[in-house]
Amino acid sequence: MIRYLARKLVIYLVTFFVAVTIDWAIPRFMPGDPVEGLLARMHAQPESQQALTSYYSKAFGFDVPVWKQYLNFWAALLHGDLGVSIANYPTPVWELIRGAVPYTLALLVPAILLSFWAGNKVGALAARRKVLDNTVLPASYVLTATPQMWLGIVLAWVLATTLHWFPVSGAYDLSLQPAWTLEFARSFLHHWVLPFSALFLVAFGGWAIGMRNMIIYELEADYSNYLAALGAPTKLVRRYAYRNALLPQITGLALALGAVVAGAIVVEIVFSYPGLGTLTLSALQNRDYFLIQGIFLFLIMGVLIANLIIDIAYVFIDPRTRVGMQGGE
Amino acid sequence: MAASQHELEVTPTGTPLTVEAPGSLPPKGEPVAGKRARSEFVYFAFRNWKFVLGLSVVLVFVGLAIFGPMVTDHKPLEFSGPTDQSPSHEYWFGTTSFGQDVFTQFVFALRAAFLVGAVGGGIAWLLGAAIGFTAGYRSGWIDDLLNMLTNVVLVIPTLAILIIVAAYLNVHSYTTEAILIGLTSWPWAARAVRAQTFSLKTRDFVDIARLSGRRTTQIITTEIAPNMSSYLLMMFILLFGGAILIGASLDFLGLGPSTSVSLGLMMNSAYLSSALLLGSWWWFLPPGIGIIGIVGGFYVMNVGLDEIFNPKLREK
Repeated sequence: MIRYLARKLVIYLVTFFVAVTIDWAIPRFMPGDPVEGLLARMHAQPESQQALTSYYSKAFGFDVPVWKQYLNFWAALLHGDLGVSIANYPTPVWELIRGAVPYTLALLVPAILLSFWAGNKVGALAARRKVLDNTVLPASYVLTATPQMWLGIVLAWVLATTLHWFPVSGAYDLSLQPAWTLEFARSFLHHWVLPFSALFLVAFGGWAIGMRNMIIYELEADYSNYLAALGAPTKLVRRYAYRNALLPQITGLALALGAVVAGAIVVEIVFSYPGLGTLTLSALQNRDYFLIQGIFLFLIMGVLIANLIIDIAYVFIDPRTRVGMQGGE
Repeated sequence: MAASQHELEVTPTGTPLTVEAPGSLPPKGEPVAGKRARSEFVYFAFRNWKFVLGLSVVLVFVGLAIFGPMVTDHKPLEFSGPTDQSPSHEYWFGTTSFGQDVFTQFVFALRAAFLVGAVGGGIAWLLGAAIGFTAGYRSGWIDDLLNMLTNVVLVIPTLAILIIVAAYLNVHSYTTEAILIGLTSWPWAARAVRAQTFSLKTRDFVDIARLSGRRTTQIITTEIAPNMSSYLLMMFILLFGGAILIGASLDFLGLGPSTSVSLGLMMNSAYLSSALLLGSWWWFLPPGIGIIGIVGGFYVMNVGLDEIFNPKLREK
């Protein structure tokens, strides 16, 4: 078990190292001078151009040798310094990200967990049940092929602008201040339903299909046939199948994290939800490169931590990883 | 050894790939068997409604992409007509609030989608297969190294890395965008191919090929790959659909080419022009329906193919 987790940890450390290196290298080794390119797109006044050029050269640390630039980058990062936002000067990037993360997590965590739970349950029910199979499965295929932002747009169009059941944008009523009050919580929930649903539904489709297929596969396995031959009730056989089918689904959860994060980014934009996605869009529109780089690093750290949590959960669910046999691949 | 004849592989789309145990395939090198297998494939393919349905939907969109631009007499980005028109005889899908013809945009955008899917999915497929075969066939440090590479790229969210690359590199064409997508979305495919190669390489026929002194690349291309051809085909289809979805997200963020039109860019401009508040449904509905049609069609086709290749899965 220790070996299994240690191996995973090494992979994540290497990934983090690679991600930081990419984050450092891309502005420096892309064709063209990043500072010049930056300023050209900012349409700055000629007089401010000079000041900006020297500011950026210094901010990127171009005045020292490359190897030293790289070490400086790491040093700043380990001190939690991600630079200063250009568009919101002089707010540090870190502060902007910290303000946005709670909203993104409030969307992502429930969407991931609930879609995984509901998708697996419904998928397991659908397996080998003709009526359910013929309704849930086609719907799931449509859902899993749907771009999240489009589903968000359609939900907003039908439920917000046409029926006025839900607000069309934002995370809470603008007359309110974020606070731990009942009124704010209600407003927050009301705004949260639509973006959450867009993420939830797309992910739900994928899990339902996966579980349905896995269960059919497990019900064909020898152990299921043997149990059935012994006269075990169908319910028991299915319960065994479900536990076994869950393992590849959890591996799939780790694989799907990237797609869910991508979905959250675009869905937040549709609803102007003040999380990392909306922050990404404004950073892209303002060419706020330090902010983009900071968000990139933050997303990767988030995904790495989530992966680690899934690995630890796997140890509890799959006994083979605990005794050091195979599994958990 | 696993209890069942099949092995399941997890894919990010939720549609697991089943693989027939290689031992049950007809022996290689007998043309008669090969021909029979092919006609058997055609026989079952066109009796499988999922395959037929998926293929038909995809073909409808292929047809629109090929012939649509010939039928229309507008240009996708041209400000030609009245603004904010709902669908009419003249403007089949209505017009945008800039007076662009939505139908024209849609059919040109379909071309971009197929380009991104084919090039992006193709590159990811080639990389995934090459890395998977090499890692699976050669053990030792090459496997360890490639495995580490796969795991690292697997963990990094594709869209996050594409955002940062596209932010610095101005993407001018859909080919560039597709190449970027292809370079980042191969890892699950590599992992799947590696696992398959791993179990195939201990088979007798591979041993014999090795004893007879064939080169490694030859063994992989003539002995191992043909025994998992159905798997490779289905993998390509999933990568194709995945590339279209990622491309749409990138374009929606405004990171794709802005000089020509794509499904993601249509959603982007509809969103930015408040088509939602104006209720211009004819503007923002088609791009999503196009994506669902192509990607969903491919996925359903894939399920059909799965049943065709694996007799056990066929409906009784």
